[in-house]
Amino acid sequence: MSRGGPRRDGVPAGPGSAGPVTARGERRTRGWQDSLREYALDVRGSVRGGERGPLLVIAGLIVIWIVFQGLDDKFLSPRNLSNLSVDIVGTGLVAVGIVFVLLIREIDLSVGSVSGLAGAAFAVLNVNHGVPEWLAVIVAVAAGTAVGAFHGVFHAWLGVPAFVVTLAGLLIWNGLTLYLLGASGTINIDEEGLVASLTSRHFGNHLAAYAVAALGTAGYALAAHRRRSRHRAAGMPYRSRGEVWLRTGLLAVIAFAAAFTLNRFQGLPLALLIFLVVLVVSDYVLRRTRYGRRVYALGGGVEAARRAGIGVERVRVAMFMVSGTLAAVGGLFVASGLTSASPTTARAAGSGMLLINAIAAAVIGGTSLFGGRGSPWSVLLGVVVIQSIASGMGLLGVQDAVQFMITGGVLLAAVAADALSRRAQARRGRP
Amino acid sequence: MARPPVLALRGITKRFGGVQALVDVDLQVRAGEVVALAGDNGAGKSTLVKVISGVSPADRGLIEWEGRLVQIKRPHDAHALGIATVYQDLAMCDNLDVVGNLFLGREIDRVGVLDEVEMERRARDLMRTLSIRIPDVRVPVAALSAGQRQAVAISRSLMGAPKVLLLDEPTAALGVEQTSHLLDLIEEVRDRGMAIILISHNMGDIKAVADRVAILRLGRNNGLFDVSTVTQEQIISSVTGAADNAVAHRSKGDEEAWP
Repeated sequence: MSRGGPRRDGVPAGPGSAGPVTARGERRTRGWQDSLREYALDVRGSVRGGERGPLLVIAGLIVIWIVFQGLDDKFLSPRNLSNLSVDIVGTGLVAVGIVFVLLIREIDLSVGSVSGLAGAAFAVLNVNHGVPEWLAVIVAVAAGTAVGAFHGVFHAWLGVPAFVVTLAGLLIWNGLTLYLLGASGTINIDEEGLVASLTSRHFGNHLAAYAVAALGTAGYALAAHRRRSRHRAAGMPYRSRGEVWLRTGLLAVIAFAAAFTLNRFQGLPLALLIFLVVLVVSDYVLRRTRYGRRVYALGGGVEAARRAGIGVERVRVAMFMVSGTLAAVGGLFVASGLTSASPTTARAAGSGMLLINAIAAAVIGGTSLFGGRGSPWSVLLGVVVIQSIASGMGLLGVQDAVQFMITGGVLLAAVAADALSRRAQARRGRP
Repeated sequence: MARPPVLALRGITKRFGGVQALVDVDLQVRAGEVVALAGDNGAGKSTLVKVISGVSPADRGLIEWEGRLVQIKRPHDAHALGIATVYQDLAMCDNLDVVGNLFLGREIDRVGVLDEVEMERRARDLMRTLSIRIPDVRVPVAALSAGQRQAVAISRSLMGAPKVLLLDEPTAALGVEQTSHLLDLIEEVRDRGMAIILISHNMGDIKAVADRVAILRLGRNNGLFDVSTVTQEQIISSVTGAADNAVAHRSKGDEEAWP
């Protein structure tokens, strides 16, 4: 897919059939320097064209890290970065769910409350009623799915705007959470249990982190290589070998640097591994399957999708179910981090902080509020930015009131950038 | 002349509330023929398109497909018969690339996983056989010109190998050069044996590619002309109602059309 800028060689195939043949001849002689130059040109072109590549966000992230490191030299310590990699997971999972909904040009405002509900439901079932942990987890996640289905049905079949349905949901599910916790107040969950281990477990063996880094890099290289040779065999444009190596190399550097840093503290966190798996799977489903294509189609044009025979209502309900489910899973990670569920945290969940962080993470990473553009991977970058700001402010002891204003400002800036990029594209005839 | 029409409509009537949108409308089209459908705004052209494409079925009237009586109640019925429609708004997903749009709703996959390479290969083949010039089948359609988008929309409608192609005002948004490309494409498609119904109120387009032109006025047939012999003035006077005594034209047309 060519979303997010021209990813291919950048040489247009040319009119008609003449393209691939001459283009292939040119490409064979290209070295990595040319690839690099071309990639730079691509990036410059797409920035001018209003497409926000990840490079801008990465640059922003580097600035944030340098500033916080300057203010407090513990910021870039392995310990803080490792904690950061665990703290991003709860918000990150919720944000992946938001991406699914944003892709079909809708919004789910209830995710914060739903995640709180899942945490409370788990704690009440497991601690107060002695339900086995695995069963309580399943019930909590299924509750999220059911809530999503409920929103989806109201939206898709009764035609209530999604933002109203989920705004009502925000209050309803927060109320239900408080009601569930009402009698018992704060519930501490088993610190040795399954849910607690979601965030506390680290793979101490250094090989684990390196193995994941190696596996990820090798998997990417293999997929890119296979894609390239299939395209070449079919006589179609393909990435130059240099570009494939360049991309693989960049990925390897990032992956191994992360693994090295994590190993200097407690090793690879289980939470991060789960998050990466969710990202890989959801990205694959969205970009490589027939089902994912329908999701993007719906974001590109409801009428077009309907005329192409896509069951618009069913896709809509399914997206809210995904969002509800991932909100619940994210909620379990939040509860795991706190090792408790309490009315205080429930009220916080209902206050919208998690919701705003999740939406901000998705949008900062490059998923559009206007539908049809973005990917789950955008969440990884976005949530690291959001959590870095939160973590840095926490280290500096910035008070909550200021944190709220800054987080809100970041969301506003991200959304404004999204709207501006849309306008820039519209000017170039790209709605 | 002996070939029966692929699609024949007889006595199509459609009303919306108190408004008679179509009254006893007849229309037929044969394989390898372009029939233009012209008329003023509100003459019932779009309503007739919706009747044929099954979006909004007729209240009364007969539809014959290759000589046998059929019912078109839903868009699916029209699809199943082999009627493809390109609407004026094109109905494309701007965020998807050309390949994605061409195969939308009929993706090639293996157990749910898209076969992008095969889809791209077929898309290129299709573009090549139709001589459509698209810079890259992997650019989002939003980046294409109006003419290119129209061409993609038409080639998408050809994917299911239809027998009748309905084009609703295809040149309305196009410049001069793009229009001439599009007319070439229409001829190309016609020469492959497709029956084409071209809704247009551009006389130039009608004269350029249509074999016959049917005029609608206030929901009724108001003339059926052979494009090679009719003058532009005759068409315009039929469209505007200056020649309401169109029975003369019709009877000639009817003789030819109804063996």
